[in-house]
Amino acid sequence: MELDKIEEKDLKMGEANQVVFSETMQALAETDKDIIAVTSDSRGSGKLVPFGQQFPKQIVEVGIAEQNLVGVAAGLASAGKKTFAVSPACFLSARALEQIKNDICYSDNPVTLVGISSGVSYGALGTTHHSLHDYAVLRAINNITIVAPADNFETEQAVRLAAKHDKPIYMRFGKKAMPFLNEENKTFEFGKGRVVREGEDLAIIACGETVYPAWTAAKKLEDEHGIKTTVVSMHTIKPLDVKLLEALAQNGRPIITVEEHMVNGGLGEACASHLFQNGYKNPFKIMGIPDEYTVTGSQVEIFDHYGISKEGIYEEGKKLVKI
Amino acid sequence: MTNKELKLKSVFLRKSLLKYIYKAKAGHTGGSLSCVDTLNVLYNRVLNVDPNDFRNPNRDRYIQSKGHCVEALFVTLADRGFFPMSDLETLCQYKSHYIGHPTKKVNGVEQNTGALGHGLPICVGEAIAAKLDDKDYRVFTLLGDGELPEGSNWEAFLSAAHYKLDNLYAILDYNKQQITGDNSEVMNTDSVREKLQSFGWAVKEVDGHNLEELEEALNSGPLEKGKPNFIIAHTIKGKGISYMERNLKWHHGVPSPEQYELALSELNEAVAQI
Repeated sequence: MELDKIEEKDLKMGEANQVVFSETMQALAETDKDIIAVTSDSRGSGKLVPFGQQFPKQIVEVGIAEQNLVGVAAGLASAGKKTFAVSPACFLSARALEQIKNDICYSDNPVTLVGISSGVSYGALGTTHHSLHDYAVLRAINNITIVAPADNFETEQAVRLAAKHDKPIYMRFGKKAMPFLNEENKTFEFGKGRVVREGEDLAIIACGETVYPAWTAAKKLEDEHGIKTTVVSMHTIKPLDVKLLEALAQNGRPIITVEEHMVNGGLGEACASHLFQNGYKNPFKIMGIPDEYTVTGSQVEIFDHYGISKEGIYEEGKKLVKI
Repeated sequence: MTNKELKLKSVFLRKSLLKYIYKAKAGHTGGSLSCVDTLNVLYNRVLNVDPNDFRNPNRDRYIQSKGHCVEALFVTLADRGFFPMSDLETLCQYKSHYIGHPTKKVNGVEQNTGALGHGLPICVGEAIAAKLDDKDYRVFTLLGDGELPEGSNWEAFLSAAHYKLDNLYAILDYNKQQITGDNSEVMNTDSVREKLQSFGWAVKEVDGHNLEELEEALNSGPLEKGKPNFIIAHTIKGKGISYMERNLKWHHGVPSPEQYELALSELNEAVAQI
């Protein structure tokens, strides 16, 4: 089916990406005893209870101690284990940042850091439990790939690739069930954005759980105004797919970026930086969480409040295309 | 190598580390002198490592958590054949691999360290992997007493005991001084034996400048089956150079030409007495 002919009702609903993460871990561990999950009292929220029951020797519990989680993971990886360090993204990427910088990235230990319940997934639990800084701080560290899969397909592929990857990776997953966004395109590799909808008037570059609202906004822009919009799941925030980015910018169309992250230092600024330094002057808008105390609410309510929604992205699209 | 030759090597390593600190005009002199005897014993009597096959998966691991005392590590590795001692002529120079903290770009270095409180958690991971894979390699780290307050150490102390890692050895270079003053003034870490015992570790105290005591503690198998090993090596900061011993000025002091000559003459005298 052509991408721009798909209706919202055609999108097959999947599970939460972090459920698919744990299912994929189980599938991998069936045939590979070197797959190890390291957890910080986080196996429940990481959906790894069945994994732990089936493979008790392949889960290492460190208790609520994120610095130790990352250090221990570095040691396991150094000893040849295919190590996934699993902890809520908020704690993993802040509490253990020095361990990520030194023990994983600088020492080049090929750990996959898995930030669960990422972004504002924890909703009303508040800022302590939100990770709106992780792309920014990790983008500033050498030797790490940053991945935010949009749907179950991308999640499974990312986890399978990570098990074979010999370099540090950070990936983050949310708690909300996500629809499959492009069942036609079965290719996935780190550093290559995935086009989930095509159109020449506007481009929306999103990642993680914001790709779906971006897709619905694009559909509405086309249905109501005939604005044809390309939507990209830029699942790899670093290294950025600059080839695809430049291809999108070529025809001068406006570009919107959307992310479940503060507008400072994330996907949007990465795209803007590359485009501006390479002579592109496309109309450009970064959508995300602003630099303020985040409003209280569920993930959906926070998204709606800041316009990371079908309506919010639709309105920005209209503005940029000057309808 | 005889015990006498091992003692002579300790003096040679002191001379070498002073030489390169003097040349580089930088280095952690006092701490390197306090831990160099431990490194001598580790690399010449304890560790199963091969300079020509360093990444052999069955090797013993040594991760230097007190990374700032890299000069002691570099001269010990060079002497053991991991790289030519003359490479250290470039210590801390532009584009040199021999920087002021351990880096894996140097043959023989397990992990990049330097930020404190990082070595032990990595060792816990390596030791768990050895148990999972049923391998008999052992894992060693050297902790500074100044880094004991780092919370990550105490997270790792808990996990090492939880996983019964009797293949893990943490050696405390216990010279009782750090950059600002005595440990007891900066942050009291007294009763370290009792603290570690209460965390589930087996503890042994040795004279960290007595090579035989060090070797006995590190080579006799686990102190207690099912418990990680904590070796408290009582040491003297600046050990071997009279005017540096217990003098905080030498935490990262660099000798003048006259001081350097004096240090060499003291070390030559030490050789004569062995």
